[in-house]
Amino acid sequence: MKTIFEKSVAGREGCWPCEGMSEEAYIPSELLRDSDSGLPSASELDVVRHFTKLSQRNYGVDGNFYPLGSCTMKYNPKFTEIAAAMPGFTQLHPVLPQLQGAGGLCQGALEVMYETERMLAEITGMDAYTMHPMAGAHGELTGVMLMAAYHRDHGNKKTKIIIPDSAHGTNPASATIAGYEIVSIESVDGIIDTAALAEVLDDDVAGMMMTCPNTLGLFEKNLPEIVKMLRKVDALLYYDGANLNAIMGKMRVGDVGFDIVHWNLHKTLATPHGGGGPGSGPVGVSEKLIPYLPISRVAKLEDGQFYLDYDHPKSIGYVAPFYGNFGVFLKAYAYMLRLGGKGLTRASENAVLSANYMRKRLENHFEIPYNRICMHEFVASAALQIPKGVHALDIAKALLDKGYHAPTIYFPLIVPEAIMIEPTETENKETLDTFIDDLIAISEMANTNPEALHAAPVTLPVSRLDETKAARAMELTSDL
Amino acid sequence: MIPKDLLYAKSHEWCMVEGEIATVGITQFAQEQLGDLTFIELPEVGDTFEAGSEMGSVESVKAASEIYAPVTGEVVEVNTELEDAPENVNEEPYGSGWMLKFKIKGAPEGLLNAEGYTAVIDSESH
Repeated sequence: MKTIFEKSVAGREGCWPCEGMSEEAYIPSELLRDSDSGLPSASELDVVRHFTKLSQRNYGVDGNFYPLGSCTMKYNPKFTEIAAAMPGFTQLHPVLPQLQGAGGLCQGALEVMYETERMLAEITGMDAYTMHPMAGAHGELTGVMLMAAYHRDHGNKKTKIIIPDSAHGTNPASATIAGYEIVSIESVDGIIDTAALAEVLDDDVAGMMMTCPNTLGLFEKNLPEIVKMLRKVDALLYYDGANLNAIMGKMRVGDVGFDIVHWNLHKTLATPHGGGGPGSGPVGVSEKLIPYLPISRVAKLEDGQFYLDYDHPKSIGYVAPFYGNFGVFLKAYAYMLRLGGKGLTRASENAVLSANYMRKRLENHFEIPYNRICMHEFVASAALQIPKGVHALDIAKALLDKGYHAPTIYFPLIVPEAIMIEPTETENKETLDTFIDDLIAISEMANTNPEALHAAPVTLPVSRLDETKAARAMELTSDL
Repeated sequence: MIPKDLLYAKSHEWCMVEGEIATVGITQFAQEQLGDLTFIELPEVGDTFEAGSEMGSVESVKAASEIYAPVTGEVVEVNTELEDAPENVNEEPYGSGWMLKFKIKGAPEGLLNAEGYTAVIDSESH
């Protein structure tokens, strides 16, 4: 398909609504540029067809199954879009709650933020939340900054953060940006090894970042002991909420002893993401960390009025413009209200059921390195297909030919040739079965016709991309 | 496949010691596991490292991975050609893919010979 620039023909343009209209009618002539903008010239129909065709090539969960492990690409019910599109919210100016006397004009929006915080706190067992972080990794950074603020305030000299090798990939980056040294510990049998933790745990440790279930989709059964060990050196425990989809209504991380948690609202509470919309990474804390939360914070007066409270002298300050991605809060809020506690619990139960169903049906066809009851996702490996020269990458590409988005591959790093599958709770059994059958057919093809898998994909607009060349000879700009 | 005249770290770096100079790179097994390298970040001449500490990183189409100093000492030469030709590490990990030369402080410790390293690879691939 040609780019819109290649389709450009000099002099071709759309039509103005009235005879004789032009740019000058809208823009003062002294502000018009002297040189050509370099933008393409095309007719209205050319433009409409070009972008319609591009949109048809887009792949999304509304079109087909998207089992991208670790990303929770579940279906987002459309009623949440209705909530986010209500003019009472979309037409609101974000500076309104900060203007003297204008608080009465935005009570609904403030109440949504207040109530969303309260519901997230209820589900996770935390004492307070900030809604400000714009996405998961931003939540992580905010969380680690809260950790640092706590230790500074207590006169603790802490320089290190422990991160198990089964943690989420962004954790080391977030902790490094916050200024900490990373200490990695190796998992044993897919989960955190308390002996390995004991070896590196000392007074310099500010905290530990982990996720549960971890990136192998396994539950960390040594959690109570881990919490005890960290408490002894006044180290805080951070919960990466990327995998909260597996435990809603089953485990409240605050009750278990976590001090800080972030959500990925765009994963767990069904709002679009992955190029489909902005994220949101609210951070929840236990009581001892409340003074350090970012400002502003939504507070409620005795008469029921909501307002923005800036009076928190120990706060880490601002982490985002205004209040975070408000449109995403609305969707998450509507989703939580619609599902209720029972509905959210069922969502987690079904997510775990789907993953275990797929794991069981695939276990005779693919190696599954930690083959036991998993949570909402599991990690298979292409190890059985390697002797035929077929790698995880070939299997992923063959799935594209079958019309799927490929699962996550080569992550987590602790499983060679990893294929990480997360079916989510929103897929029906027929979809799961068809996908499993297609994967089994691909594994059989690895035996009978491995060459065909090396050639995949053959049905897409582009064939196998040269990823090495793309990374080595990067060209990220175009000369206009 | 695994050169007999080199020493190896469990973290898959190799090291050739000649007098007080050690030439360092990553092994054939390491480059195979990583796949096509796209970016290599190395320290600068004059930087000093303790054996086992992180000295740089490599990125491939599959993953990013740290590389560790196999010896204690000071960097005296860096293979700057790798900036534009990371594929040298894939093609000749023990030749043109060498990464650094160290002036060693003290005798190298805790490194494996070819036989010992073969055992490490065997345990990791099964």
